[in-house]
Amino acid sequence: MRAGNDLQRPLFHGSDWNFDILQRVYDAIKQIAHEDLHLDTYTNQLEIISAEQMLDAYSSIGMPLMYGHWSYGKRFLQEEQLYRKGHMGLAYELVINSNPCICYLMEGNTAALQTLVIAHAAFGHNHFFKNNQLFRQWTDASAILTYLDFAKNYVRQCEERHGVAAVERVLDAAHALMDQGVFRYRRPGRLSAEQEKARERERVAHAERTFNDLWRTLPSFAFKTAPSEATAGQSTEEENILYFIEKNSPILEPWQREIVRIVRFLAQYFYPQRQTKMMNEGCATFVHYTITNLMFERGLIEEGHMLEIIQNHSEVIFQPGFNDLRYGGLNPYALGFEMMRDIQRICTEPTAEDRDWFPEIAGKGAWLDVLLDAWASHRDESFIRQFLSPKLIRKMRLFALVDDASDSYVEVTAIHDDRGYESVRSALADSYDITTHQPDIQVIGADLAGDRCLRLRHKIRNGVMLQEESRDATLRHLATLWGYEVRLIGVDGQSGQTVYERSTKAVAEKS
Amino acid sequence: MSHFIDRRLNPKDKSLGNRQRFLRRAREELRQVFNKRLKSTPIADVDSDHAVTVSSSITGEPSFRHAAATGRRNIVLPGNTMYSAGDRIPKHGQVGGQMGRQAGDSAPDDDFQFVLNREEVLDLFFEGLELPDMVKLHLKEVLAFKSRRSGYTTTGTPSNINVRRTMRNSLGRRIALRRPSRDELDEISRQISELENHEQTPAIRLKLLKLQETLRRLTHRRKLVAYVDPLDIRYNRFEARPVPNTAAVMFCLMDVSGSMGEREKDLAKRFFVLLHLFLKRRYERTEIVFIRHTHEAKVVDEDTFFYSMQSGGTIVSSALDEMQRVIAEKYPVNEWNIYAAQASDGDNSPYDSNRCQEILEGGLLAKCQYFAYVEIIDARERDIFRSATNGTPLWNSYRSVSEKLPRLQMVRLAVPEDIYPVFRHLFAKHGSVGLG
Repeated sequence: MRAGNDLQRPLFHGSDWNFDILQRVYDAIKQIAHEDLHLDTYTNQLEIISAEQMLDAYSSIGMPLMYGHWSYGKRFLQEEQLYRKGHMGLAYELVINSNPCICYLMEGNTAALQTLVIAHAAFGHNHFFKNNQLFRQWTDASAILTYLDFAKNYVRQCEERHGVAAVERVLDAAHALMDQGVFRYRRPGRLSAEQEKARERERVAHAERTFNDLWRTLPSFAFKTAPSEATAGQSTEEENILYFIEKNSPILEPWQREIVRIVRFLAQYFYPQRQTKMMNEGCATFVHYTITNLMFERGLIEEGHMLEIIQNHSEVIFQPGFNDLRYGGLNPYALGFEMMRDIQRICTEPTAEDRDWFPEIAGKGAWLDVLLDAWASHRDESFIRQFLSPKLIRKMRLFALVDDASDSYVEVTAIHDDRGYESVRSALADSYDITTHQPDIQVIGADLAGDRCLRLRHKIRNGVMLQEESRDATLRHLATLWGYEVRLIGVDGQSGQTVYERSTKAVAEKS
Repeated sequence: MSHFIDRRLNPKDKSLGNRQRFLRRAREELRQVFNKRLKSTPIADVDSDHAVTVSSSITGEPSFRHAAATGRRNIVLPGNTMYSAGDRIPKHGQVGGQMGRQAGDSAPDDDFQFVLNREEVLDLFFEGLELPDMVKLHLKEVLAFKSRRSGYTTTGTPSNINVRRTMRNSLGRRIALRRPSRDELDEISRQISELENHEQTPAIRLKLLKLQETLRRLTHRRKLVAYVDPLDIRYNRFEARPVPNTAAVMFCLMDVSGSMGEREKDLAKRFFVLLHLFLKRRYERTEIVFIRHTHEAKVVDEDTFFYSMQSGGTIVSSALDEMQRVIAEKYPVNEWNIYAAQASDGDNSPYDSNRCQEILEGGLLAKCQYFAYVEIIDARERDIFRSATNGTPLWNSYRSVSEKLPRLQMVRLAVPEDIYPVFRHLFAKHGSVGLG
């Protein structure tokens, strides 16, 4: 850090901004981000948008391009309602994991707020997207925009060809299965809009080349493709239901398969974001905090503006207690930021306790390296397991409980004391493990040579059941994609006993 | 490198299409919601924004998700000030409630509330309704014209230049007249400057002269043959086409005599407000004539019709006479589509009902495209008057006309929630919507 006499002139006065100021601010932040914090970012593309455009962006799950679907309209109406009634402020920014990295900045932000937001989104999130191993392995930032463009056009063409209702049916069904449309253990192939288009073109061209009107006159049963030896014989266990449908559904037309594929790719694209929400926000918050403070120290930001930044910052990381009316779950910004500040503290001013708990990093001083490495290689769950310190557990007064539906009480199992640290930490880490939130449902078989019944297994963990109405509706959706009976078997995770069995035949009779 | 892009001027409403998709999906249910709402809200309020709620059955997005309050879960919460390990907290009460929320992984499938704007409300309301038998498509005094693209022309205003066509012509002409290209000239200039730097032997000088001559010739030719010549320019041609302008008039006849109590007047007014909105929305050029009557009838303006009070005896035929007079005066039958809607409680002076029948049969009905009669009855009388054959003298006279001439349609109205179904019944597109 530079000496105090090295003060520079403030980058802006007053709260108004213009593109000149933004550019100066951006350049200053960039210098600090790259030189002081060693961040490594994609090229930034910063777009100034209005409130309506922000609402638009919200409702298409934050993407600049999206195919049309009624659920996005619903989301828009919801958000708009909340916004107009003043229940919800709009985000100051929105950032997209793409290369170049697109950040939306709201036009209504003051100059100080834009400074905060640029540091937060264009450098914090951007660095995380580019370096975190989950994003590196599972998503392809440079391809997403062109892929979305392909998807949007493809869906539109399908609507023209096959009618909006037919496309909607497939999309509705595929959306219902989005959570089960992800490869959790093996890395998916890279997406490329060019390849997709080429594949599609080739298929159409082949159909046109080999078109023979005579085929149409054949009785239709001749068309039913018998499952090949290979398909019938192969193991049909599959964790990714959408993938299984796309490859094996006996009834889907090629265009329907393509739409299922599009939804599946999107689900996969968002999968890492859900696993790293807390770290991602923590990283961005830590980065904007550090950068704006450095800017202030160097005289680039005036005192008044710094106060505004600090006020916004503290609103973002506000964490009410569990019995506060404002409590709405653990604030990912707060937890992430506190943990990263804590790492910084452990590295530079460790206590004896820290030396016990974190011998590898305590007092080593190189906090930035530790953080850069954590940002690159962890997800929420492993990050907490690795770095949540007793000091922070005490500070946030975290405590673990067990809620068993069969009991009339909730039992406190651990609090912030010597006996409790380990279990609080591991319980918190578990709660960030995405698999505990999502039911474990997999395809266990499909009798392609016989009655074509698709069998799914729900492995019940700790007796947590599925919401029945939603489950039946989802099964119906699944049946529209599969075309034949779908049977879901609920198996207890520990004992392996069958707890329930649900078939689309029964669902149909009931409704 | 960074780019700032100002997107504020980009088109808004990017999600308009999705919004419409959603409304289409919820359409049926929304209509039912409105029908219910008509009971309670003042009907004039239809003409404004509305918050509506639709149930999750249509707009829900199901998925496999965990049900709340099943199984065993581990929870971590912040802000512990009072508990130590082993404490048991009863599930009811504040703490349990808070935790219930935390524990439920799935948001409850709440009904979904949102706001429809005025346009959407009215669209929904009047979907599938129209004035029946709009046959006289006579053109009204002033013709409306609408311009339409049709081909190209060589004259026009600069704003209509068709660049594509113009440049095509320009390119064709340049090729035909062998206009030297920039590259050609550059090449020659380059050669010249090369030769100029060269040692000046006679051969070179000669070559240089030749080149300079060529350059001069080409430059001259470039000047002669313009890049874009006025000859090339084409304009989009627009053609004005007459738009048939249908003329329609709606007569609203309302009984405001003493026998019409507050309730009856309110129902009649609600009906006419709906009719008024419908006409304003769907038929820009429809004229509306308001006639109210006691023992005598008068043409009044909109405000008087809806808001002012009057009292007196009842002679229904006076309104029909007045209507005939106005038609004769202002609306020639061969040019106008004439519609009428009449609301009454069915009370009339003795013998006047027969006179009404005579007027209608004697020519008034023949002039009308459609005549809707709405009789407002007591809710308690609904059962008595269930069959159409049973009714007040006026009802009976009208019924005998209606049997002969089906363009007279009659319905009864007893409670506010009937208004909308009755309205739909009267103005449904043929064969599309029945009496709900």
